[in-house]
Amino acid sequence: MFQNKDTYTFLLDGKTIPFTEEQTIIQAAMAAGEYIPHLCFNPEFKPHGSCKICTVSANGRQTASCTQQPQAGMVVESNTPQINGERLALLQMLFVEGNHFCPSCEKSGDCQLQATAYEMNMMSSHFDHFFPDRPVDASHPEYLLDFNRCILCSLCVRASSDVDGKDVFSLAGRGIKTRLIVNAESGRLADTNFSGDDKAAHVCPVGVIIKKRVGFAVPIGQRSFDEHPISFTPHPALKDN
Amino acid sequence: MSFVLETAANPENLRRVAIDPLSRVEGHGKVTILLDDQNKVHQVRLHIVEFRGFEKFIQGRPYWEVPVMVQRLCGICPVSHHLAASKALDEIVGAKQLTPTADKMRRLMHYGQILQSHALHFFHLSSPDLLFGFDSDIAKRNIVGIAEQHPEIARQGVLLRKFGQEVIRHTAGKRIHGTGAVPGGVNKSLSITERDELLKDIDDMMTWSLGAVHLVKLMHQQNPALYDHFGAFKANFMSMVGFDGGMDLYHGHLRARDGAGNILFDGVHYQNYSQIIEEEVKNWTYMKFPYLKSMGAEKGWYRVGPLSRMQNCDFISTPLAELERRDFIEYSGVMPMHAPLGYHWARMIEMLHAVEVIKNLLHDSDILGNDLIITGERGFEGVGVIEAPRGTLIHHYRVDENDLVTMCNLIVSTTHNNQAMNEAVRRVAQQYLHGHEITEGLLNHIEVAVRAFDPCLSCATHALGKMPLEIEVLNAASDQLSRLSRSSEGILSTPSSVV
Ligand code: SF4
Repeated sequence: MFQNKDTYTFLLDGKTIPFTEEQTIIQAAMAAGEYIPHLCFNPEFKPHGSCKICTVSANGRQTASCTQQPQAGMVVESNTPQINGERLALLQMLFVEGNHFCPSCEKSGDCQLQATAYEMNMMSSHFDHFFPDRPVDASHPEYLLDFNRCILCSLCVRASSDVDGKDVFSLAGRGIKTRLIVNAESGRLADTNFSGDDKAAHVCPVGVIIKKRVGFAVPIGQRSFDEHPISFTPHPALKDN
Repeated sequence: MSFVLETAANPENLRRVAIDPLSRVEGHGKVTILLDDQNKVHQVRLHIVEFRGFEKFIQGRPYWEVPVMVQRLCGICPVSHHLAASKALDEIVGAKQLTPTADKMRRLMHYGQILQSHALHFFHLSSPDLLFGFDSDIAKRNIVGIAEQHPEIARQGVLLRKFGQEVIRHTAGKRIHGTGAVPGGVNKSLSITERDELLKDIDDMMTWSLGAVHLVKLMHQQNPALYDHFGAFKANFMSMVGFDGGMDLYHGHLRARDGAGNILFDGVHYQNYSQIIEEEVKNWTYMKFPYLKSMGAEKGWYRVGPLSRMQNCDFISTPLAELERRDFIEYSGVMPMHAPLGYHWARMIEMLHAVEVIKNLLHDSDILGNDLIITGERGFEGVGVIEAPRGTLIHHYRVDENDLVTMCNLIVSTTHNNQAMNEAVRRVAQQYLHGHEITEGLLNHIEVAVRAFDPCLSCATHALGKMPLEIEVLNAASDQLSRLSRSSEGILSTPSSVV
């Protein structure tokens, strides 16, 4: 039983991090102001453990820090050349699996995938691009789905079911064929009960779920990651706190 | 239909000379020349492979992405594409009249672009030819040579361009590929700090751009035989002019004059461009040949850009540029100026005008305002036209009810000038190459003519003396008989002789 949140600590890259029994490694690190790269983790939602970008070495064993609970005295390594190299490879795979054309993407400067790639010093995609054919779904009058950019993090799925109680989104298929679908016979967002007020409309870390007709309204210089890299920027979900 | 020297009557037994590549950004360009045994010119063609994929690529994308995406068409004038697309999409969002802040911020961005592009074009790309001579030592015929022999001119050129880029940065967020204009307006205005930072240097820019106008004017006055006649040919002029007939590079209506300066049409709303312009396709090039429908392909081709704008407008609204325009018109005499090198003179007057406009805008409190975007009744089709540094630029889009682009058509200035540039290289080939052994200096004459129109970035590479050229001498069966090559160091050699 924990008496006091400072009672138990672990070491993250040599720094002492206090934790409580409810926290996972990444949650404790974030609470202490330490950055562990991540994409599918969002402090507002239950961890999913799918993107593996937050992988760390805990007592010498690699694990997803968003699902792994720390132990007192645990030695956790995150910011090492080897682990960052593995993260870089995962990011490069995400970039080639979809169609991520940052120069004309309205999420550029606000995109966690792009910002994390910068953080990991990604200079090229390295692998051959898949160039999948993924038409956008523009059927909804207020929101657009650009599937080209989906990284299958399932945050919209979790937000829709856990917060909105709607199940608008789901991941279908397996392995490389996994894709985002919406809950309508027609497969069109307009035929679901999705609303712009839903939590799911505002959680996508990349530029898939886009409010129509407002792209590029925020000038360069005022976007989330213009001023500071993602490692120095509070998570969007924590910004108002 | 075919023009003089476009197609040789008897191509058998003629030698083929190719200058390849001329251009790398807006497609890939080359010049091919057919010569007979006495080096007499029988056929000259400028081929530019236009990048048409964009029009397909943009289909199915949301319309608000377009102004940012189209900038990738060009590394020198992305702002022109950005603004032409934004103007077309203003029609889609029903923004019939932008807010004063939005209108002036876009104008500021555009004139910054005119300034930086014209400075780059004149000082970096063309001044080495003009100051040292077309067939001067290639090792010195570049901006580095200018910096050594004319350090003050080189310095002013660099700083003028930098200033234009800073105007773009403050209006679009970045010096290149920014995001300032959005359908219906802009996403930022100027802060007082940004405005003051630009105002600090504006008077130097004014002095230097006036000096540049005088430099080109002097070149014409001192050597009219070259400057007024090199590659000269008579053609129609087309451009956008302001609604009051004055020079306006951002907005207005279309006007054209014939080669004698008589008005062909005036006051044509650019939304109706397709009613006056037709494009001809030829079997030897991918690039189309636009012409004025009413005159037909043979007589209706025209040129666009600074030379057209200078002689198409009734006046320039800013005093220094207006004085220089009058000098230009007076120098030309009764007939309009048709010489390709006259483009440089007109270009420098426009650069001076751009600096004057920028200064006026910086002193206008509207550029500090907060009312940035306006929308109105939704439209489904829009045309945007802007006078880009190189000439009239037309963007045309259709958008469906779900906000996705269904059709895109672009007519860029290089396409408008296609026939005119072909005409220029034919004249130069006739004037200078006809009957002579080919040398690097003679080949450069061809490029000087193309460069007067400012086709693209690759010419920058050449002006720096780095553009590789290859000339093939072929017999009629297209067998290569010999090859003349100019390396990236500018050295001429005959690396191989085959057959
Ligand atoms: S749409 Fe966005 S939030 Fe949903 S799975 Fe794809 S990337 Fe994640």
